[in-house]
Amino acid sequence: MTDPDLPVLTTSVEKMVQWARRSSIWPVTFGLACCAIEMMAMSASRYDIARFGAEVFRGSPRQSDLMIVAGRLSRKMAPALRRVYDQMPEPKWVISMGACASIGGVFDNYALVQGVDQIVPVDVYVPGCPPRPESLIYGIVQLQKKIAGQRA
Amino acid sequence: MIFDALQSLLPGLVLKPIGTADRQETILVEADRIVDVCRTLRDGKELGFILLADITAADFWPREPRFEVVYHLASPTARLRLKVMVPGASAHLPTVQGVWPAAGWLEREVWDMFGIEFDGHGDLRRLLMPEDWEGHPLRKDFPVQIRLKTRSSEPLQISEEEFRANLAKDRAARGRGVGQAGH
Repeated sequence: MTDPDLPVLTTSVEKMVQWARRSSIWPVTFGLACCAIEMMAMSASRYDIARFGAEVFRGSPRQSDLMIVAGRLSRKMAPALRRVYDQMPEPKWVISMGACASIGGVFDNYALVQGVDQIVPVDVYVPGCPPRPESLIYGIVQLQKKIAGQRA
Repeated sequence: MIFDALQSLLPGLVLKPIGTADRQETILVEADRIVDVCRTLRDGKELGFILLADITAADFWPREPRFEVVYHLASPTARLRLKVMVPGASAHLPTVQGVWPAAGWLEREVWDMFGIEFDGHGDLRRLLMPEDWEGHPLRKDFPVQIRLKTRSSEPLQISEEEFRANLAKDRAARGRGVGQAGH
Protein backbone atom coordinates (compact mmCIF):
# COMPACT_ATOMS: atom_id res chain seq x y z
CA MET A 1 0.00 0.00 0.00
CA THR A 2 1.39 3.38 -0.90
CA ASP A 3 -0.04 6.80 -0.34
CA PRO A 4 1.64 9.28 -2.67
CA ASP A 5 1.22 12.10 -0.15
CA LEU A 6 2.81 10.29 2.78
CA PRO A 7 6.48 9.13 2.92
CA VAL A 8 5.34 5.90 4.60
CA LEU A 9 4.96 2.27 3.50
CA THR A 10 2.82 -0.19 5.39
CA THR A 11 3.40 -3.92 5.30
CA SER A 12 3.20 -6.98 7.52
CA VAL A 13 6.10 -8.24 9.62
CA GLU A 14 6.00 -11.49 7.70
CA LYS A 15 6.43 -9.80 4.34
CA MET A 16 9.19 -7.68 5.78
CA VAL A 17 11.07 -10.74 7.07
CA GLN A 18 10.59 -12.62 3.81
CA TRP A 19 11.89 -9.62 1.90
CA ALA A 20 14.94 -9.36 4.15
CA ARG A 21 15.73 -13.07 3.86
CA ARG A 22 15.38 -13.38 0.12
CA SER A 23 17.22 -10.15 -0.66
CA SER A 24 20.41 -11.14 1.09
CA ILE A 25 21.14 -14.81 0.48
CA TRP A 26 24.68 -15.67 1.52
CA PRO A 27 25.90 -18.91 -0.05
CA VAL A 28 28.49 -21.09 1.62
CA THR A 29 31.49 -21.95 -0.54
CA PHE A 30 30.92 -25.57 -1.48
CA GLY A 31 32.29 -26.14 -4.97
CA LEU A 32 32.95 -29.82 -5.65
CA ALA A 33 33.73 -30.06 -9.37
CA CYS A 34 33.42 -28.30 -12.72
CA CYS A 35 30.03 -26.84 -11.73
CA ALA A 36 31.95 -24.73 -9.23
CA ILE A 37 33.66 -22.92 -12.13
CA GLU A 38 30.26 -21.84 -13.41
CA MET A 39 29.26 -20.90 -9.87
CA MET A 40 32.35 -18.69 -9.61
CA ALA A 41 31.56 -17.16 -13.00
CA MET A 42 28.08 -16.41 -11.72
CA SER A 43 29.46 -14.50 -8.77
CA ALA A 44 32.11 -12.66 -10.79
CA SER A 45 31.80 -9.48 -12.81
CA ARG A 46 30.33 -10.82 -16.05
CA TYR A 47 27.17 -12.33 -14.56
CA ASP A 48 27.29 -10.51 -11.24
CA ILE A 49 24.93 -12.23 -8.85
CA ALA A 50 25.13 -9.10 -6.68
CA ARG A 51 22.26 -7.80 -8.80
CA PHE A 52 20.07 -10.32 -6.98
CA GLY A 53 21.61 -9.79 -3.55
CA ALA A 54 23.35 -13.15 -3.25
CA GLU A 55 26.97 -12.34 -3.94
CA VAL A 56 28.56 -12.76 -0.51
CA PHE A 57 30.14 -16.22 -0.63
CA ARG A 58 31.21 -17.23 2.85
CA GLY A 59 33.98 -19.59 3.85
CA SER A 60 32.15 -20.38 7.08
CA PRO A 61 28.83 -22.23 7.26
CA ARG A 62 28.01 -20.24 10.41
CA GLN A 63 27.52 -17.11 8.33
CA SER A 64 25.63 -18.67 5.42
CA ASP A 65 22.03 -19.48 4.62
CA LEU A 66 22.37 -21.15 1.23
CA MET A 67 24.41 -24.16 0.20
CA ILE A 68 24.98 -24.57 -3.53
CA VAL A 69 26.13 -28.15 -4.00
CA ALA A 70 28.15 -27.60 -7.15
CA GLY A 71 29.36 -30.90 -8.55
CA ARG A 72 29.50 -34.63 -7.95
CA LEU A 73 29.48 -35.73 -4.34
CA SER A 74 31.57 -38.76 -3.47
CA ARG A 75 30.53 -41.15 -0.74
CA LYS A 76 33.60 -40.18 1.21
CA MET A 77 32.66 -36.50 1.03
CA ALA A 78 29.01 -37.06 2.03
CA PRO A 79 29.53 -36.91 5.83
CA ALA A 80 31.53 -33.70 5.42
CA LEU A 81 28.75 -32.14 3.34
CA ARG A 82 26.19 -33.08 5.94
CA ARG A 83 28.38 -31.65 8.69
CA VAL A 84 28.72 -28.30 6.88
CA TYR A 85 24.95 -28.26 6.35
CA ASP A 86 24.32 -28.97 10.03
CA GLN A 87 26.60 -26.10 11.00
CA MET A 88 24.56 -23.56 9.04
CA PRO A 89 22.07 -21.57 11.15
CA GLU A 90 18.35 -21.72 10.35
CA PRO A 91 16.74 -20.70 8.07
CA LYS A 92 18.80 -22.43 5.40
CA TRP A 93 18.30 -23.59 1.85
CA VAL A 94 20.05 -25.94 -0.57
CA ILE A 95 20.45 -25.69 -4.32
CA SER A 96 21.50 -28.87 -6.09
CA MET A 97 23.50 -27.63 -9.06
CA GLY A 98 23.90 -29.76 -12.16
CA ALA A 99 23.20 -33.34 -13.17
CA CYS A 100 25.74 -34.98 -10.84
CA ALA A 101 24.55 -33.30 -7.66
CA SER A 102 20.92 -33.96 -8.58
CA ILE A 103 20.99 -37.62 -9.70
CA GLY A 104 24.62 -38.68 -10.05
CA GLY A 105 24.92 -37.60 -13.68
CA VAL A 106 27.06 -39.81 -15.88
CA PHE A 107 28.78 -41.27 -12.83
CA ASP A 108 26.49 -44.22 -12.21
CA ASN A 109 29.04 -46.00 -10.04
CA TYR A 110 30.04 -47.12 -6.58
CA ALA A 111 31.99 -44.01 -5.65
CA LEU A 112 29.36 -41.30 -5.98
CA VAL A 113 26.18 -40.39 -4.16
CA GLN A 114 23.32 -40.69 -6.63
CA GLY A 115 21.68 -37.41 -5.72
CA VAL A 116 22.52 -35.13 -2.80
CA ASP A 117 18.89 -35.25 -1.66
CA GLN A 118 19.94 -38.48 0.08
CA ILE A 119 22.10 -36.33 2.36
CA VAL A 120 20.46 -32.91 2.66
CA PRO A 121 16.97 -31.56 1.82
CA VAL A 122 17.13 -29.81 -1.56
CA ASP A 123 14.99 -26.76 -2.37
CA VAL A 124 15.88 -26.10 -6.00
CA TYR A 125 17.40 -28.43 -8.60
CA VAL A 126 19.30 -26.69 -11.41
CA PRO A 127 19.66 -28.93 -14.49
CA GLY A 128 22.63 -28.82 -16.84
CA CYS A 129 26.08 -30.32 -17.26
CA PRO A 130 27.29 -27.93 -16.08
CA PRO A 131 24.49 -25.36 -15.90
CA ARG A 132 25.38 -22.02 -17.41
CA PRO A 133 25.65 -19.14 -14.92
CA GLU A 134 22.31 -17.82 -16.21
CA SER A 135 20.69 -21.13 -15.22
CA LEU A 136 22.06 -20.88 -11.73
CA ILE A 137 20.91 -17.27 -11.43
CA TYR A 138 17.47 -18.47 -12.52
CA GLY A 139 17.68 -21.14 -9.81
CA ILE A 140 18.49 -18.51 -7.20
CA VAL A 141 15.59 -16.33 -8.38
CA GLN A 142 13.33 -19.39 -8.08
CA LEU A 143 14.61 -19.89 -4.56
CA GLN A 144 13.86 -16.24 -3.78
CA LYS A 145 10.29 -16.79 -4.98
CA LYS A 146 10.08 -19.85 -2.77
CA ILE A 147 11.34 -17.90 0.24
CA ALA A 148 8.81 -15.16 -0.48
CA GLY A 149 6.06 -17.76 -0.14
CA GLN A 150 7.36 -19.37 3.05
CA ARG A 151 5.91 -18.52 6.47
CA ALA A 152 8.40 -16.37 8.33
CA MET B 1 70.98 -49.37 -23.17
CA ILE B 2 69.55 -49.12 -19.69
CA PHE B 3 68.70 -52.78 -19.93
CA ASP B 4 72.29 -53.76 -20.77
CA ALA B 5 73.73 -51.66 -17.96
CA LEU B 6 71.27 -53.19 -15.51
CA GLN B 7 71.89 -56.74 -16.69
CA SER B 8 75.65 -56.31 -16.35
CA LEU B 9 75.21 -55.12 -12.77
CA LEU B 10 72.86 -57.99 -11.89
CA PRO B 11 74.33 -60.92 -13.86
CA GLY B 12 72.34 -63.80 -12.36
CA LEU B 13 68.96 -62.16 -12.86
CA VAL B 14 66.39 -63.00 -15.52
CA LEU B 15 65.27 -59.67 -16.95
CA LYS B 16 63.20 -59.28 -20.07
CA PRO B 17 62.80 -56.16 -22.16
CA ILE B 18 59.27 -55.90 -23.55
CA GLY B 19 57.93 -53.81 -26.36
CA THR B 20 55.25 -51.24 -25.67
CA ALA B 21 53.01 -49.22 -27.95
CA ASP B 22 54.56 -45.92 -26.84
CA ARG B 23 58.16 -47.23 -27.29
CA GLN B 24 59.01 -46.44 -23.71
CA GLU B 25 61.81 -48.73 -22.56
CA THR B 26 60.15 -51.33 -20.34
CA ILE B 27 61.64 -54.21 -18.38
CA LEU B 28 59.79 -57.19 -16.97
CA VAL B 29 61.03 -58.08 -13.50
CA GLU B 30 60.42 -61.12 -11.29
CA ALA B 31 58.31 -60.25 -8.27
CA ASP B 32 60.76 -61.44 -5.61
CA ARG B 33 63.69 -59.48 -7.13
CA ILE B 34 61.95 -56.12 -7.51
CA VAL B 35 63.72 -54.54 -4.51
CA ASP B 36 67.20 -55.57 -5.75
CA VAL B 37 66.43 -54.27 -9.22
CA CYS B 38 65.10 -50.98 -7.88
CA ARG B 39 68.07 -50.45 -5.61
CA THR B 40 70.47 -51.16 -8.46
CA LEU B 41 68.59 -48.79 -10.73
CA ARG B 42 68.86 -46.05 -8.12
CA ASP B 43 72.48 -46.58 -7.09
CA GLY B 44 74.07 -48.20 -10.13
CA LYS B 45 76.75 -46.34 -12.06
CA GLU B 46 75.31 -44.59 -15.14
CA LEU B 47 71.77 -45.45 -14.04
CA GLY B 48 70.79 -43.10 -11.21
CA PHE B 49 66.99 -43.44 -11.25
CA ILE B 50 66.55 -41.21 -8.22
CA LEU B 51 62.86 -40.50 -8.79
CA LEU B 52 59.96 -42.90 -8.47
CA ALA B 53 57.29 -41.10 -10.47
CA ASP B 54 54.41 -43.51 -10.01
CA ILE B 55 53.34 -47.00 -9.09
CA THR B 56 50.16 -48.25 -10.60
CA ALA B 57 48.61 -51.53 -11.67
CA ALA B 58 46.36 -53.07 -14.27
CA ASP B 59 43.94 -55.94 -13.90
CA PHE B 60 43.75 -58.41 -16.82
CA TRP B 61 41.12 -60.66 -15.24
CA PRO B 62 40.40 -63.48 -16.09
CA ARG B 63 43.94 -63.89 -17.46
CA GLU B 64 46.47 -65.43 -15.08
CA PRO B 65 48.78 -63.96 -13.77
CA ARG B 66 46.07 -61.46 -13.28
CA PHE B 67 47.77 -58.20 -12.29
CA GLU B 68 50.60 -56.16 -13.74
CA VAL B 69 52.15 -53.69 -11.33
CA VAL B 70 53.91 -50.88 -13.16
CA TYR B 71 56.72 -48.70 -11.80
CA HIS B 72 57.56 -45.45 -13.56
CA LEU B 73 61.11 -44.29 -12.86
CA ALA B 74 63.02 -41.20 -13.88
CA SER B 75 66.66 -40.19 -13.75
CA PRO B 76 68.02 -36.78 -14.73
CA THR B 77 68.59 -38.09 -18.26
CA ALA B 78 66.26 -41.05 -18.85
CA ARG B 79 62.99 -42.70 -18.08
CA LEU B 80 62.21 -46.34 -17.46
CA ARG B 81 59.20 -48.50 -16.85
CA LEU B 82 59.22 -51.72 -14.85
CA LYS B 83 56.49 -54.30 -14.94
CA VAL B 84 55.86 -57.09 -12.48
CA MET B 85 53.38 -59.90 -13.01
CA VAL B 86 51.33 -60.69 -9.91
CA PRO B 87 49.03 -63.73 -9.66
CA GLY B 88 45.47 -63.21 -8.45
CA ALA B 89 45.52 -66.04 -5.91
CA SER B 90 48.23 -64.53 -3.72
CA ALA B 91 48.47 -60.92 -4.79
CA HIS B 92 51.46 -59.58 -2.91
CA LEU B 93 54.78 -57.90 -3.61
CA PRO B 94 57.67 -56.66 -1.48
CA THR B 95 57.57 -52.94 -0.78
CA VAL B 96 60.14 -50.61 -2.38
CA GLN B 97 59.79 -48.02 0.37
CA GLY B 98 63.36 -48.79 1.43
CA VAL B 99 64.56 -47.56 -1.97
CA TRP B 100 62.26 -44.61 -2.52
CA PRO B 101 60.22 -43.39 0.51
CA ALA B 102 57.73 -41.96 -2.01
CA ALA B 103 56.51 -45.51 -2.61
CA GLY B 104 54.48 -45.44 0.61
CA TRP B 105 51.46 -43.53 -0.67
CA LEU B 106 51.62 -45.07 -4.14
CA GLU B 107 51.57 -48.59 -2.75
CA ARG B 108 48.70 -47.63 -0.47
CA GLU B 109 46.77 -46.48 -3.52
CA VAL B 110 47.51 -49.70 -5.42
CA TRP B 111 46.38 -51.75 -2.43
CA ASP B 112 43.25 -49.62 -2.03
CA MET B 113 42.25 -49.94 -5.68
CA PHE B 114 43.50 -53.45 -6.58
CA GLY B 115 44.01 -55.28 -3.29
CA ILE B 116 47.65 -56.08 -3.99
CA GLU B 117 49.43 -56.39 -0.65
CA PHE B 118 52.87 -54.89 -0.20
CA ASP B 119 54.89 -56.95 2.30
CA GLY B 120 56.71 -54.81 4.83
CA HIS B 121 54.75 -51.66 4.05
CA GLY B 122 53.58 -51.14 7.62
CA ASP B 123 50.80 -48.64 6.93
CA LEU B 124 48.56 -50.25 4.34
CA ARG B 125 45.38 -48.25 4.98
CA ARG B 126 42.68 -46.97 2.63
CA LEU B 127 43.81 -43.90 0.79
CA LEU B 128 41.05 -42.90 -1.65
CA MET B 129 38.10 -44.99 -0.54
CA PRO B 130 36.31 -44.56 2.81
CA GLU B 131 38.06 -46.36 5.63
CA ASP B 132 35.33 -48.96 6.13
CA TRP B 133 35.04 -49.78 2.41
CA GLU B 134 34.84 -53.42 1.38
CA GLY B 135 36.47 -54.64 -1.80
CA HIS B 136 38.90 -53.11 -4.26
CA PRO B 137 37.06 -51.11 -6.92
CA LEU B 138 39.53 -51.21 -9.83
CA ARG B 139 39.43 -54.99 -9.97
CA LYS B 140 37.60 -56.05 -13.10
CA ASP B 141 35.23 -58.29 -11.14
CA PHE B 142 34.18 -55.48 -8.78
CA PRO B 143 30.51 -54.52 -9.29
CA VAL B 144 30.75 -50.95 -10.58
CA GLN B 145 27.10 -49.98 -10.37
CA ILE B 146 26.39 -51.25 -6.88
CA ARG B 147 23.82 -49.36 -4.89
CA LEU B 148 25.05 -48.87 -1.35
CA LYS B 149 23.31 -46.96 1.37
CA THR B 150 24.90 -43.53 1.67
CA ARG B 151 26.33 -42.63 5.02
CA SER B 152 25.68 -39.06 6.09
CA SER B 153 27.72 -39.12 9.26
CA GLU B 154 30.98 -40.56 10.44
CA PRO B 155 31.87 -41.79 13.93
CA LEU B 156 33.33 -39.28 16.34
CA GLN B 157 37.08 -39.20 16.20
CA ILE B 158 37.55 -38.06 19.80
CA SER B 159 35.73 -39.06 22.98
CA GLU B 160 33.43 -36.67 24.82
CA GLU B 161 35.98 -36.26 27.64
CA GLU B 162 38.69 -35.28 25.15
CA PHE B 163 36.31 -32.84 23.48
CA ARG B 164 35.46 -31.16 26.82
CA ALA B 165 39.12 -31.02 27.83
CA ASN B 166 39.99 -29.35 24.51
CA LEU B 167 37.13 -26.90 24.97
CA ALA B 168 38.27 -25.99 28.49
CA LYS B 169 41.85 -25.56 27.31
CA ASP B 170 40.69 -23.37 24.45
CA ARG B 171 38.55 -21.21 26.74
CA ALA B 172 41.39 -20.81 29.23
CA ALA B 173 43.78 -19.77 26.45
CA ARG B 174 41.22 -17.32 25.07
CA GLY B 175 40.57 -15.89 28.51
CA ARG B 176 44.27 -15.18 28.93
CA GLY B 177 44.39 -13.54 25.50
CA VAL B 178 41.50 -11.19 26.33
CA GLY B 179 43.08 -10.32 29.67
CA GLN B 180 46.36 -9.39 28.03
CA ALA B 181 44.60 -7.34 25.38
CA GLY B 182 42.67 -5.45 28.07
CA HIS B 183 45.78 -4.24 29.92
